[in-house]
Amino acid sequence: MVNIIKIENLKKSFGQVKAVDDLSFKVKEGELFAFLGVNGAGKSTTISIMCGTLEKDGGKVFIDGVDTDVDAHSLKSKIGVVFQNSVLDKSLTVYDNLKNRASLYGIHDKDFEERLEYLCSILDFKDYLHRSVNKLSGGQRRKIDIARALFHDPKILVLDEPTTGLDPQTRTTLWKVIEQFRKEKNMTVFLTTHYMEEASDADYVVIIDNGKIVAEGTPVDLKNNYSGDFIYLYGVSEEQVKNLGVPFKRTGQAIRLSVENTAMATALIVKYPEIFKDYEVMKGKMDSVFLTVTGKSLGEGGAK
Amino acid sequence: MKIFKSLVGRNVKLFFKDKGLFFTSLITPLILLVLYATFLANVYRDSLSSIFSQMGVTLSDGVINGAVGGQLLSSLLSVSCITVSFCSNMLMVQDKVSGARKDMLMSPVKPSTMALSYYVATTISTLIICLVALTAGLIYIATIGWYLSFLDVLLLLLDVIILVTLGTALSSVINYFLSTQGQISAVGSIVSSCYGFISGAYMPLSSFSQGLRDVLMFSPGTYGTSLLRNHCLNGVIREMTNNNLPEQAINGFKDAVDCNIYFFGEQVSSGVSFAVLILSVALFIGLYVFLNARRKKIK
Repeated sequence: MVNIIKIENLKKSFGQVKAVDDLSFKVKEGELFAFLGVNGAGKSTTISIMCGTLEKDGGKVFIDGVDTDVDAHSLKSKIGVVFQNSVLDKSLTVYDNLKNRASLYGIHDKDFEERLEYLCSILDFKDYLHRSVNKLSGGQRRKIDIARALFHDPKILVLDEPTTGLDPQTRTTLWKVIEQFRKEKNMTVFLTTHYMEEASDADYVVIIDNGKIVAEGTPVDLKNNYSGDFIYLYGVSEEQVKNLGVPFKRTGQAIRLSVENTAMATALIVKYPEIFKDYEVMKGKMDSVFLTVTGKSLGEGGAK
Repeated sequence: MKIFKSLVGRNVKLFFKDKGLFFTSLITPLILLVLYATFLANVYRDSLSSIFSQMGVTLSDGVINGAVGGQLLSSLLSVSCITVSFCSNMLMVQDKVSGARKDMLMSPVKPSTMALSYYVATTISTLIICLVALTAGLIYIATIGWYLSFLDVLLLLLDVIILVTLGTALSSVINYFLSTQGQISAVGSIVSSCYGFISGAYMPLSSFSQGLRDVLMFSPGTYGTSLLRNHCLNGVIREMTNNNLPEQAINGFKDAVDCNIYFFGEQVSSGVSFAVLILSVALFIGLYVFLNARRKKIK
């Protein structure tokens, strides 16, 4: 797969604060790329530089093979951005917002109507197309934000905490649409999120802290490297488990054993078949990966 | 061109749909109307009658009403052209606050197109409001005492257009440096509350001290107010001349209502006032273009 985003030794400081400190990573075309970090880690600065609205102090940014120092303007139609806070004009209708947005990309008249019809059918917002944005619910507004970002059919969709504050049902719907676009158009999704289960679905994850990469890899790699496995044991007493010599905790009907990795879990199971009769082995979660590599947990408010 | 038209359309629509921006822009003209309705009109009417009666001249009610109406209309237009353009142009700052500007800069639209769209949209929005005010004012004057010629009306129209472009250019330069909601409120309040005074719209400059008058002669708005006064009161002054009023009395009236303004003792002609306004517009537009050209990206 081609690298659609390539960032080399990116640097950006605000006064004495190094927002981005020698950052390098690649994003493959068509993949779901998760870019994680607490507030102030350097995510938004990196996105702004990628999108051409912020000057960098050093390094190189290549989008779709083009150096942004050489031709930043032509790249703009290749990127769509969904910001954390909606940037729709609240006193205008959904239709006006989308029409204004489309015109910035040279989409007018019949082309606009056709694209609108298509996005309406996928995102299902025809019912409130002529309603003012300030009369929409949070979920409805988010759908329009996504329609706005997808209107010019970008190759890269940047999602900056797109589902923060949304109910689970709306979150599921939005991800369904985004996945559909990824599959149909081979669209690359560059995601920042506070929801670790969303990051778990990514093809590749980069975790940054203080402007530097602290961990990267596939979610499975990260879990293997930075988080242990858990064995959930059923139908045994705590006395029996104590003899195994591993940390454990009762969780409901099960006893959860913490082991370093899957190999250790296998060794235990093989060694004590009389205890491991009813069990399941699960990998650690992205939350614990994040906690391990940054020493911080990722929540709605950032570092906790 | 379609992109530019679309941006201008968006900005104009947003101004008229944003109740906060729209009503804030009307505060100063409304204050002026309330002042006239409650006492200013009577004050001017009484002072005009007494000035001329002291000279042994009696003015007809039509001339007095025409003079008072002309003062009201010129003051109203003088403040509206500037304060409405300031409020309308606040959209430029609101877009920074809301993130809409950043969003638009991520699209292929050129920053210069965006900057020009704010300018043109503000000019259109302000012109719409000021032309409605001009029409309403002319209808009002027609009901109380009409002495204006067709040329006076055309010159009034020209004054409004020049003052709107001045207000837009000035607000574009000032708003360029603003980036928060607090700054929007502060600048909006200062302009709305102060401009009426410093332009001579609430009270004529002739009622201020000589020192303050000299300082205010460096404000281009002063020349705009004077032009509007001249063109609103030309008909009344012609009527006074036709009625053989002494030239000294007419000149005293023109001094009192700022038809005559003086730059350190030298009377400023209408031609010079127009030149000052046009040069100021060119200067502020040049500065606005320079500022936008200088900063392509956020550093």
